[in-house]
Amino acid sequence: MTMPPDLTLAHEEVEASATETSIGSVEELTRGRLVLRRFLRRKVAVVGLVFLVLLVTFAFLGPYIAKWDYKEKDFSSFLEGPSGDHWFGTTQIGGDVYQLTLRGLQKSLIIGFLAALFSTGLAAVVGAYAGYYGGWVDRALMWVVDLLLVLPSFLIIAILSPQFRGKTWLLFVFLLALFSWQITARVVRGMALSLREREFVQAARFMGVRSHTIIFRHLLPNMSSLLIIDATLNVGGAILAETGLSYFGFGVQPPDVSLGTLIADGTRSALTYPWLFLFAGGLLILTVLAVSVVGDGLRDAVDPNSARAS
Amino acid sequence: MARFLLRRFGNYLLLVAVATTLGYMLAATSLKPRSNFEGRNPPPPKASVDARLDALNLNDEVPVLTRFGRWAKGAIKGDFGKSISGQPVSSEMWRRMGVSLRLLIIASVLGGLLGVAVGVLGAVKQYKFTDYSTTTISFIILSTPVFLLAVLLKVGALNLNQSVGTTLLYYTGEKTPALAGGTWDHLVDRFQHFILPTLSLVLGQVAFYSRYQRNAMLDVLGSDFIRTAQAKGLRRRDALVRHGLRTALIPMATFFAYQFGLLLTGATFTEKIFGWHGMGEWFVDSVTKNDVNAVVAVTMFAAVLVLIAGMLADLALAALDPRVRISK
Repeated sequence: MTMPPDLTLAHEEVEASATETSIGSVEELTRGRLVLRRFLRRKVAVVGLVFLVLLVTFAFLGPYIAKWDYKEKDFSSFLEGPSGDHWFGTTQIGGDVYQLTLRGLQKSLIIGFLAALFSTGLAAVVGAYAGYYGGWVDRALMWVVDLLLVLPSFLIIAILSPQFRGKTWLLFVFLLALFSWQITARVVRGMALSLREREFVQAARFMGVRSHTIIFRHLLPNMSSLLIIDATLNVGGAILAETGLSYFGFGVQPPDVSLGTLIADGTRSALTYPWLFLFAGGLLILTVLAVSVVGDGLRDAVDPNSARAS
Repeated sequence: MARFLLRRFGNYLLLVAVATTLGYMLAATSLKPRSNFEGRNPPPPKASVDARLDALNLNDEVPVLTRFGRWAKGAIKGDFGKSISGQPVSSEMWRRMGVSLRLLIIASVLGGLLGVAVGVLGAVKQYKFTDYSTTTISFIILSTPVFLLAVLLKVGALNLNQSVGTTLLYYTGEKTPALAGGTWDHLVDRFQHFILPTLSLVLGQVAFYSRYQRNAMLDVLGSDFIRTAQAKGLRRRDALVRHGLRTALIPMATFFAYQFGLLLTGATFTEKIFGWHGMGEWFVDSVTKNDVNAVVAVTMFAAVLVLIAGMLADLALAALDPRVRISK
């Protein structure tokens, strides 16, 4: 399940980050080091980060430490539980669950990170333009946001799934991002509305700097902390969306595997052969949990006033 | 105030119309109903496939706008076309809507109430065992997709049934088909079928609301007006509930509107996994069968529900926050 970023936080954060930047330039302690120090103080977030790094390492290096290949079939063992030969057991047709799971984890991680990056980028641009220009641009863009909130992204991507069947999975990532940026865009818009009245933006405008330049050089960098946090939190949401769609066959298509397709295949016989889905399921929960804990820790480190989620 | 709500309502109606149009366009261009007939063995002649598709208003060789026009003319009168098997979509939709609505309404009400209660508890007992345990559990639940949660619940129910020695919880369908016995037996049977699907949705809702409610409540707890209320002689409990909770509930109304779409998505998994014949299950089956009209019906259902949730959130906001009532 995705969590919309804390809407009430948006304005406070602008204030907080603005004051901090001005202090940071005077004192020896830079803002970056301050944030880092606060982040490191949050044990849960640090543990989450360590876990995340371990998971990524495991996903990409793990396949090399065991024999078999994810495409290989072992015709001497079908549907056998975890053993020394097959660490996570085997599937109905003799596939190695360990290699399949890691392959799925790789795909889910890549899709999650890419989709989050795209969607936050899109949200930043749309929100900043809407907030900075105001007027009809704002109204039109926010209307699109409303419209896309009305149609759950799951439905749209499922309907469009025949279109990317047999094509590159990047198309799927693109669609995931295209339908998940709306809430962030609203928050960004709110921040752009207040930033645009600030002196440095006004000064730039009166000096004749073009609006596009102002948006990319002054507005967006001033929201960078929010955007980074949002991208982090979106990774979890994107992974959940991807696995959910893949579960029904609307996402990653065979022969590719993702954690979603693995769980879908495994749950058909979940009651008798639990290893078919338990490892994939456990890794999925761990990944999303680690990402959201890190995102929360980042948010608290950047904005100590929030001091909310423990 | 009334004018504000009326304007919102008008905007919502327009959004439903646009969303449904968009849904129709996407479904009609992306899905290929023709494949249902061409794949048969022996392949039927093209003319008869065309005739069949024309009768269903699903022929992809007719321009999509023409098809949409024909569909919209019926839709205004409450006729949403025919499914691929030739059955009217409307009757199927009404039957399935009841199943989904039961699940969705109970999940949102129960989830909202429990979530707020857990959140408030966590805030009042901040940094105590209750707080830590509820926060940890809700973090874990929020990281678990509904389909995984549903399957885990199934496995848990199986183990429970085995350890008790009798079938305590059912995990397929809404009721036992052809069950003998009186009204009471039927009620118990329904309840046994009902627990797991509802739980798979409610847990996520509770986790979601409790996290935000806890944060909102913490903000309020430290504020001056709570201290003043207590200084005036109100007991802490009264001050917290009458002044604190009411203020802290305001952001929840917005979150309710936002997450309703997610709840709908979650219900799709629940219905499919537990074999409830609701709208979500219909959607997944229809996309796989390229059944355009059925898919559009579910899309419209989703859009209407999300907007009703938005309306309710507006009303709740106006009821909770006097500033909203006066300013607009």
